[in-house]
Amino acid sequence: MKFLRNTLDKAKHNFEEGGKYHKYFYVYEALDTFLYSPNTTAGAKGVQVRDAIDLKRLMMTVIIAMTPCLLFGIVNVGHQHFLALGQQASMMDKIMVGLMQVLPIVIVSYTAGGIVEAIFAVFRKHPINEGFLVTGMLIPLVMPPNIPLWQVFVATVFAVLIAKEAFGGTGMNVLNVALTARAFLYFAYPTQISGEVWTYIPEGAKVVAGYSGATPLAIAAETVTSGGNAVTQLSGFGAGWANESLYSLQNMFVGLIPGSIGETSTLMCLIGAFILWATGSGSWKIIVSVFGGAYAMGLLLNALAVNPFMALPAHYHLVMGGLAFGAVFMATDPVTAAQTETGKWVYGFLIGVFTVLIRVFNPAYPEGIMLAILLMNVFAPLIDYFVVSANKTRRLKRATV
Amino acid sequence: MGKFIRLKKGFDINLAGKAAIKFGNADHPETCVIKPDDFHGIYMPKVMVKEGDQVKAGTPLFHDKKNEKIVFTAPVSGEVVEIKRGEKRKLIEVKILADKTVESLSFNKYSVSDLASLSREKAQTQLLESGVWLNLVERPYGIVANPEHTPKSIFVSAFDSHPLAPDFSFIYKGNEHYFQAGVDVLKKLTSGAVHVNVHSEKEISPVFSQVKGAELNKFSGPHPSGCVGVQIHHIDPINKGDVVWTINPFGVIQIGKLFLQGIVDASKVIAVAGSEVTESQYYKTYTGASVKPLLKNNLKQEHVRVISGNVLTGTSIGKEGHLGFYDQMISVIPEGDYHEFLGWITPSTKKLSFQRSFGLLSFLSRGKEVVLDSNTHGEPRAFVQSGVFEKVVPMDVLPTHLIKAIMAEDYDEMEALGIYEVIEEDLALCEFVDVSKHPVQQIVREGIDLLANA
Repeated sequence: MKFLRNTLDKAKHNFEEGGKYHKYFYVYEALDTFLYSPNTTAGAKGVQVRDAIDLKRLMMTVIIAMTPCLLFGIVNVGHQHFLALGQQASMMDKIMVGLMQVLPIVIVSYTAGGIVEAIFAVFRKHPINEGFLVTGMLIPLVMPPNIPLWQVFVATVFAVLIAKEAFGGTGMNVLNVALTARAFLYFAYPTQISGEVWTYIPEGAKVVAGYSGATPLAIAAETVTSGGNAVTQLSGFGAGWANESLYSLQNMFVGLIPGSIGETSTLMCLIGAFILWATGSGSWKIIVSVFGGAYAMGLLLNALAVNPFMALPAHYHLVMGGLAFGAVFMATDPVTAAQTETGKWVYGFLIGVFTVLIRVFNPAYPEGIMLAILLMNVFAPLIDYFVVSANKTRRLKRATV
Repeated sequence: MGKFIRLKKGFDINLAGKAAIKFGNADHPETCVIKPDDFHGIYMPKVMVKEGDQVKAGTPLFHDKKNEKIVFTAPVSGEVVEIKRGEKRKLIEVKILADKTVESLSFNKYSVSDLASLSREKAQTQLLESGVWLNLVERPYGIVANPEHTPKSIFVSAFDSHPLAPDFSFIYKGNEHYFQAGVDVLKKLTSGAVHVNVHSEKEISPVFSQVKGAELNKFSGPHPSGCVGVQIHHIDPINKGDVVWTINPFGVIQIGKLFLQGIVDASKVIAVAGSEVTESQYYKTYTGASVKPLLKNNLKQEHVRVISGNVLTGTSIGKEGHLGFYDQMISVIPEGDYHEFLGWITPSTKKLSFQRSFGLLSFLSRGKEVVLDSNTHGEPRAFVQSGVFEKVVPMDVLPTHLIKAIMAEDYDEMEALGIYEVIEEDLALCEFVDVSKHPVQQIVREGIDLLANA
C-alpha cells in the first residue's frame, strides 16, 4: 500500500503547475482520489470538521441500489432468450447468456462516457465527475438486450456531450443524461429500440411456435383498435409457448417478462427504492409521488373510460413498462429534478400523470415514462420558481403586517 | 411572557472531550491581543497607541476611521509590545504584555437605583468609550453595532448548542447581579424588548431565569437552536430595513460590571475541550489572551489543530495563538492531513455523518461520542442538490437557493431569499454536511459584504 502511495506522490509534481503533464492534472487527480481519499484539511476559518460523505460515496450508493436491477436483468435476459427458443435451461445457462449480452453493453457505455469525461476534464479543466458512474450504469439498464454496441457508444457520447458537458458538466445539466441517451436512440434508430426487440434472439435462431415478442404495453395499446378486455388479453398472452400467463399482474411485478435489461422488475426497483430511502440518497418524495400520480391518472381514466386501455385497472400501470425504474432511478436524479421539497411532490406527481397520459393516448409512443421525465426535467425549474416565489412572498408579507 | 419554540431540524455533533465541570490551574497569560479581523464592518482601524506605551484595561488601542465613536480598548493592563501589520500596512493585531494584576481605567459607577434614571445617551457614551460596546453585534450583517441605530429588539442566546460548547450555567455562575444590571442598560438602547433565550431541556441558570425586565423564551431541539439568528427568525424576524442587536451573556455581564463597578473586566471563564486535550475543563483567562499556558502539558499529541471557538464556526489559531474576541472556548482536535486508501468507499462506524450513504454507519450509534479530525473527506464538486441543507436549517429560508443567489451576486434575489436573517454561524451546519464541500460560511460572508457595501 505504501508503495502505491509513494508512486502517486512521486508522480504528482509532473501534473502540477509547470509540470510536464500539467494538462492531464485532472486525470491524475481522478486516479489519485479514487485510490486514496485526499489529505486536504479544513481552512483556517469556517468549519474545522467535515461530514464523512463525499460525492463518490453518494454516487456509489446509487449504483449499489441499482445492482438488484442489474443482476435480475442479467438472469432475465437469459430466461427470456430460452423461453423464446422454447428450450429448457439451467440457471447457470441463463446467467451466461445474460452476461454475454449485458456485460459488453455496460463496458461500452462506461468506456464511451469515460472518454468524453476525460477529454472534457483535460480541455475544460474541471475535475472528472463521479456522476458518470451512475449514468454509465443507467444507460445499459434502459437498453434492449440486443442493441448494437455501436449504438450504445454513439448514444452515450451524444448524451454526455450534449446533455451534460454542453451545459457545464455534472450539476449543471437540465436533462437526465441516461434518458437523453435513450431518447436519442429512440428517435435516431427507432428500429432497434421499438417494436418487438425486447428479447435476445440470435440471428437465424428458430423461435418456438406461437411466439410473440409484444410487450404488455403494446398489447394493452392494441386493445384500443381491436377491442376486448385489456386484462384478459394480457393474462392470455403467452399461452401455448410460454407458461400460462406471462403477463399476469404477479409476473409483471416480479419482472420475468421481456423488456429493457434492468427495468422489467418492479420488485427489484422497489428494493432499489428502499436502499435509496434508507441511505437518504434519493428523494422518497419523488418516488412516492410518481407512483401516486400514475395511479391517480389511471383511476381518472378508468372513470372516463371509452376504450379498453383506458379501462385498464390503475394498478396495472404501476407494474407495466418502465414506470417503476424511471420513478426510482431517473426521476430522483438530484440535478435534473425539482430542487425544493414542495416542488418534488409536484414534479413527481406530474411525471406519473404524464406517463399514463402518453401511454394511453399516444399510439406512437407505447411507453411514456421516458418522455414524461424529460418533459418534467424541463419544467422542474418552473416548479421551483413558484415554490421559491412563495417563500419570498411569505417574507415580504411578514414585513408589512 | 416568553415564547416556547420547538425546533426539529438540525444536528448535534457529539464530540469526544467535553469539558468537565471544574477549574484547571494555568499560568497567567503573558500576552493579550485585539485583532480587527475578529469584528465585521470595521473598515479602517486607526491605531492610537505606540509600541512601549503603558495601557490599562479600557485604554483605547485603535478606532474605526469610518465611525470614530467605535473604540477598541485594551482587555488588560500592561505594555503595548507589538503593533503587527500585514500587506499594505493592514492592521493585524495589537499585542499587550499583560500585567500580573490587571488594573482598569475607572468609569462612572452607578448604584442599581441610579441605573434606572440613567439616560440612553450617557449609557451609550460610557459603553463606547470603554470598548464594552463591541459586545453588541448588529443584524443584518453581523457587524459591530452602529451607535446611530436603534434596534427593534436585542437578543441574548443564553445557551450554546455547538459541539463541546461551554455550560453557561457554570461559566456565568454567581453573576446574577451583573447580568440584571446589563439587561437594565440594554433596555435603554432598544425601542422594543430584550429577549433572553434558553433551552428547555438544559439546566437553566438562575442568572437567566431570575432576570427581570426581559422576555425569557424557551427553545428545544438540536443545534442550531442556540444560534441567535435562528432564535430571531422565530421570535422577531428581521425584515428589510429592520435592525436587531445581539449580545452574548458574557457581554451583558461585562456591561453590568462596567456600570456597577466602573471597570472594564475582560476576565472570562472558557472551556478548553476536545479529544486531544489531556484534561478537558474550564479555565479563567481574558479576552484575547494567549492560549499557550492553557495547553501547556495539556495535549495528548503534538499534531493537533487548536481552534479558538467551536469546530463549526471557529478559527484555527495554532498552539501559540490567542483567543478570539467573542469566543468562549478552545477546541483541540487531531489534524487530518492523511491519505486514506479507498477512503471514499470503505465502510466505517467511526466516521461521523449526518447522512447514511453506503458504509457510513455512524447513525447506528447516534449519541455516542466521536473523535473528528480536520480532514475534508473528499474534494470540492459542483452542487448536487440532495436536499440535505434543508434538513439542518430550522428556518423558513431556502439555503440552497440563497447560496446560489450569493454565488451569482444577484442582489435582489439574495434580499428576497432572506440574507438579512442569516450570518455565517446560522448556516455552518450546511457547510459541515455538504456533499460537495463548499465553503458555505465564506460564501455567506461574501454575500453579506456585497450587500453591506452596496
